Amino acid sequence: MSQYIIRRLLQMIPTLIGISIIVFAISQLVPGDYITATQNPNLTAERIAQLRALYGLDLPPVQQYFVWAKNMLVGDLGQSLQHQMPVTKVINTYVWNSFIIAFFSFVFSWIIAAFVGVFSAQFQYSFFDKVVTLLVFLLMSLPSFFIGLLAIKYFALDMKLLPTGGMTTAGLNATGWAYIKDVGLHMFMPVVVMTTLSVGGLTRYFRTGMLEVIRQDYIRTARAKGLKERTVIFKHAFRNALLPAITLLGFELPGLFGGAMILERVFNWPGIGQIYLASLNLRDYPLMLGFTMFLAVLTLLGNLISDVLYGVADPRIRLK
Amino acid sequence: MAKELVAFRNLETHFKTSAGTVKAVNDVSFSIREGETLCVVGESGCGKSVTAMSLMQLIESPPGKIVGGEIFFEGKDLLKLSKKDMSRLRGKEIAMIFQEPMSSLNPVFTIGKQITEPLLYHLNMTQKEAKARAIELITMVGIPRPEKIFHSYPHELSGGMRQRIMIAIALSCDPKLLIADEPTTALDVTIQAQILDLMRDIKTKRNTAIMMITHDLGVVAEMADFVVVMYAGKVIEEASVLELFREPRHPYTQGLLKAKPVINQRKERLYSIPGQVPNPVDLGENCHFHDRCEFCMEICKTKAPPLRAHIDGHKTACWLYEEEGKAQ
Repeated sequence: MSQYIIRRLLQMIPTLIGISIIVFAISQLVPGDYITATQNPNLTAERIAQLRALYGLDLPPVQQYFVWAKNMLVGDLGQSLQHQMPVTKVINTYVWNSFIIAFFSFVFSWIIAAFVGVFSAQFQYSFFDKVVTLLVFLLMSLPSFFIGLLAIKYFALDMKLLPTGGMTTAGLNATGWAYIKDVGLHMFMPVVVMTTLSVGGLTRYFRTGMLEVIRQDYIRTARAKGLKERTVIFKHAFRNALLPAITLLGFELPGLFGGAMILERVFNWPGIGQIYLASLNLRDYPLMLGFTMFLAVLTLLGNLISDVLYGVADPRIRLK
Repeated sequence: MAKELVAFRNLETHFKTSAGTVKAVNDVSFSIREGETLCVVGESGCGKSVTAMSLMQLIESPPGKIVGGEIFFEGKDLLKLSKKDMSRLRGKEIAMIFQEPMSSLNPVFTIGKQITEPLLYHLNMTQKEAKARAIELITMVGIPRPEKIFHSYPHELSGGMRQRIMIAIALSCDPKLLIADEPTTALDVTIQAQILDLMRDIKTKRNTAIMMITHDLGVVAEMADFVVVMYAGKVIEEASVLELFREPRHPYTQGLLKAKPVINQRKERLYSIPGQVPNPVDLGENCHFHDRCEFCMEICKTKAPPLRAHIDGHKTACWLYEEEGKAQ
C-alpha cells in the first residue's frame, strides 16, 4: 500500500509540471499586466519601466516561467503584487476562512443527502420521494446569489435574527467562546445556503446509487435470511451504495479550500474566493498562479485519497 | 405418509404492469410433506419462482401482490402473520438459495460475516459460538480449509464454492424447508452434479424438506420425490416422480418428456413443443395450453380444466380426462 502511494506521488510530478506550463501560458495570453491593471494615471513611463523591471515583468515569458518554477521548487510562490506580501501568506490568511464554511456545509450536505437519498430510494415513487425529487430540482436550479440575497433580506434585514455579512461584528474584541459564537452566527447563513445548493445533486446521487444496489441479488439474499429491513438497507445496501460516492469525496478536497467566489461576495465573507477573483482582475499573477497551483495539487491529492479509500472500502480492489 | 409441512391453497399472486394484470400465480394449490423433495417444473415465466417468493413473502410490491389464497406452514397461515413474525421464520424455518451464486453474496462482507449473520440474529449465538458453527457448516458443504474461507471475500471464490456457501447460509439455522430456485442453472455440469449430491446428502441426513424449482428434467429425475408441473401460472399436473415419468398425462408434460434427449439414441432433431408460451397479460378463462396442444378441443378454448386426480395421487388438469372432453 505505502509503495502504491509513493508511486502515485511520484507520478504527480510530471502532471504538475504540465499543469504549471499550461497555467502559466494561459496567464501570458491575458492582455495587460499588474501595472496597466492598476490604471494609475500618475505613473510616468519611466516609473512604469522601473516597476516592470522590479517585478520581473520585462523578462521574456520563457525566462519568467523558469524563475517562477524555480522559486516554487523551494516553496516560494513569490510576492503578491496587490497585497505586498508573500503569496503563501496571503493564501494562509484567507483560505481558512473559506475552509470553515466549506467544511461545515460539506459535512451537513453529505449527511443530509445520504439519509434523504436512502429513504427516497427505499420508498421509490412514494409521496416522500416525489416531494424530495421536486425540492431537489428546485434547489439545484436556484442561483446562489439570488438565494443568498433573499436569505439576507428575510433573516438579517427583516427579522434581524442574523448579521447581514462579514465574519465578525465590527469593533467586537471578543476572545474565546464569545468569539466562536460571533463567528458562528456570521457563518450560519453562508453555510446554510451553501449546503442547500450542494445537497440537491448529492441526494440524487445517493438515491440513484441506492436504487441500483437494492435491486441486487445479494439484497434479496439478505432479506431471505430474515434480517430486519433496517439491517438490510443500512448495512447490506448502504455500504455498497457508498462505494461510487468515494470518487465524489476525492473531488471535494479542492472544493474545501477553493473558496466560493459568489457566496463570499454576497455575504462579504473574507474568504480566498474573493481574493482569487480580485487577483484575476488586477493581474496579480503571482497570487493567481500560486493559488491555481495550490488547487491543482489538492485535486491530484484528492484523487489519490479517493483511490486509496476505494481500496480500503471495496475488498475487490487491491492496490498494487 | 409424512406430515404436511407446507400447503398452498388457491394462491393468487398478480403483477400490475402498464400492459395489464399478469396473473403470475393463478389459483395454485399443492403441498409439501416433511422431508420430501418436491420439484416445481415449467418453462421460464410460468410462475415457479413467484410461487416460491410468495411463500417467502419476498414479492416486490409494487408491482407484485398476493391477492388471494392461503399458504400454510406447519398449520399457520403465513399470509396472516405480521411482518416481524414472518421475518423470524425467514432464514430460520424456511431458507432459500438462488440461481445466481455469483451475485447472491454481498461483495463487501466476508463469507464468515455472511454465514454468522443469521446465527447471531435468529439463534442469539455469541460471536465465538457463531464462528465455530460457521466453520462446521463450511466443512459440511464440502469446502476444505474452512478457516481461510471464513475470512475470504465472495470474489475470491468460484461459482460452485459460492453456491456451497449459499447452501451453508441456508442451512445455518437448521430450517425445516429449503427452497432452491434453480440452484444449478448457472453452474458447470460437473459442479451441478456435486451440488445436487450435496443437497441429496443434506436431505437424507437432516430430513429437510426441499422445494426445488427447475426446468431441467434430468434434475427432476435425480432429485424429486414428487413433481408439480406448472404452465402459465397454473398447476397442470402433479404426481410422484416415478408415476410422472412412467405415465405423463397432460399433453404439455408429454411434450416436455419427449423433448428430452436420450443417451445412446441419436436423433437428427430433438422434439420441441410447437408454438410459444402465451403472453401472460390478461389470459382468458381457458386452457392456456390449448393453442399448442395437438389434442385441442372446442371446450379447451372456452373453459379452464379443473385439476383433478383421475388416478390415485396423480392429478391432471386436462379436458381429455374429463367427461365433458370425452363426450366431444
